[in-house]
Amino acid sequence: MSTPAPAAAPDPTPAADATEAVVVRGVERIFPGAKGATVAALTGIDLTVHDGEFVSLIGPSGCGKSTLLRLIADLDEPTAGDIRVFGKTARRARIDQAYGIAFQQAGLLPWRSVAANIELPLQLHGVGTTERRARVAELVDLVGLTDFARHYPDQLSGGMQQRVAIARSLAERPSLLLMDEPFGALDEMTRERMQTELLRIRAETGAAVVFVTHSIPEAVYLSDRVVVMSPRPGRITDEIDVRLGDAAERGEDLREDTAFFEGVTAVREALHGPQASPAGAARGVDVR
Amino acid sequence: MTTTTPATRRARRWHAVLWGVLGLVALAAVWELYKLVGPADGWLVGAQEGVTGSGIRLLPRTSDQAMPHTWEMLVRAAEPVTRAPGALPLGVVVLLAALVSLGVAALGWLLGVVVGFALALLMLGFRIAERAVLPFVILSQTVPLIALAPLIRNWGSRLEFGAFSWESWMSVVIIASYLAFFPVAVGALRGLQSPDVADLDLMRSYAAGWWTTLFRLRLPASVPFLIPALRLAAANAVVGTVVAEISVGFSGGIGRLILETAVAASSDPAKPWSPILGAVLLGLVAAGFVALLAAFLSPFRRQETVA
Repeated sequence: MSTPAPAAAPDPTPAADATEAVVVRGVERIFPGAKGATVAALTGIDLTVHDGEFVSLIGPSGCGKSTLLRLIADLDEPTAGDIRVFGKTARRARIDQAYGIAFQQAGLLPWRSVAANIELPLQLHGVGTTERRARVAELVDLVGLTDFARHYPDQLSGGMQQRVAIARSLAERPSLLLMDEPFGALDEMTRERMQTELLRIRAETGAAVVFVTHSIPEAVYLSDRVVVMSPRPGRITDEIDVRLGDAAERGEDLREDTAFFEGVTAVREALHGPQASPAGAARGVDVR
Repeated sequence: MTTTTPATRRARRWHAVLWGVLGLVALAAVWELYKLVGPADGWLVGAQEGVTGSGIRLLPRTSDQAMPHTWEMLVRAAEPVTRAPGALPLGVVVLLAALVSLGVAALGWLLGVVVGFALALLMLGFRIAERAVLPFVILSQTVPLIALAPLIRNWGSRLEFGAFSWESWMSVVIIASYLAFFPVAVGALRGLQSPDVADLDLMRSYAAGWWTTLFRLRLPASVPFLIPALRLAAANAVVGTVVAEISVGFSGGIGRLILETAVAASSDPAKPWSPILGAVLLGLVAAGFVALLAAFLSPFRRQETVA
């Protein structure tokens, strides 16, 4: 990768942006509040997610991390600033299906089987039946639900439902995955298993990921880079490079590695300020 | 998840039939029991001794006049309607009339469902329409049927183009649909609006348009709300048909038959009960039809369990 001078940042050519998964520049989102008041959900957001990079957005409730994700997904529009996804406007990227998305609630359609739920985006975009069936078989296998393809969402556990949702988000081989606390409603054990699985899937697909979470260990375990946000108004306060190793090589052992704890401490200090935890001490870390 | 085998499902169906029959028998038994123990002229409450006509008479009377035996009703249904030669058995006349009413009610139901659904779609598509139309939809049901029937007959009779002329059964259809459209409009609107924001976001992320979202998401999601609405609409259409037949003066249906046989009640007390039971049967058939429809739509009635 080239090393552009920082001074050139204000107006890089769109061609340069095209190699980046997401480029957010000077974005602001202000919601109209009660009686003419306004709520600044996001101000002055600058963020670049490189192709194939795993970036977590972390911060307390109300810091606008979900709002930022929704803006990138073009489910909402910024009041100011510019968002590019693979060099296109967010709207164009949504229409072109440049990303796959998963929410905290699996959001499966209860009248469709697991296979039919995963198939939905392909069906909506006119993919042929044979190709659809092959792709669904692949995806069901990828998330380990081959035996459950004909089951209905109400017959699955929360973790399984979330795996279906992830498979659905991958249906059209997007180069960007947007995930809004996808494991937030799961129990701790299921959650850790899903995290490891997500790393494997990500290593297989090579997609860039923007991952919203409020769990420090989750962010550190999964990410190449953790973006720390703070509320009122929502803004980015810090960015921490984690890079614990190749996604494919990360295993459960990593959770007990010193590098992992150092990452947790770094993110924790960025969130709460250095006085919150004595440097180097992993004790007292919020493991949620 | 409990999976039911066909054998247990069949056994359950037979149980349902058994309980249904048992319920009918129990109803007849209660009728006969009360007839046996209740005073023939009903209860007299607060009567003063020696003062004739004092006190309040509480119904029902149990005389053969007011409460004929259940078997008398059945026997009467098998006998000819009138003493005129060649008259059909009363039961057959009732069934034929019920069939006519069923046809009229079905048309009314269908028209009501179409209109109700169209209104729901309009209200879904335009928020302004919801604000403007919904109050009138609710208001429409406060207009008494009795006031409406002559109006509709009157307006209808002025419609004339070419060979078309307004028949009285058409007025009955209109009135039945007037009662049927309301639950459909309200139920369908709630159903179409039932998908979560997350579901709608998902469809938006797929760049799905309004119609695609309607067919792939909103319509299937509306089914659990729609089935009770359709059932209510069917019941309303039947009641509307029976009442409208009487107020419009349409003969040939069960409503008119109830009125006609009621006149004969003093001399032939078992007779009016046949068309009343016929009307009940009509309601049951209508409910059964909706149940059948619901069975076809059952894949869409799975409840979503939240992760």
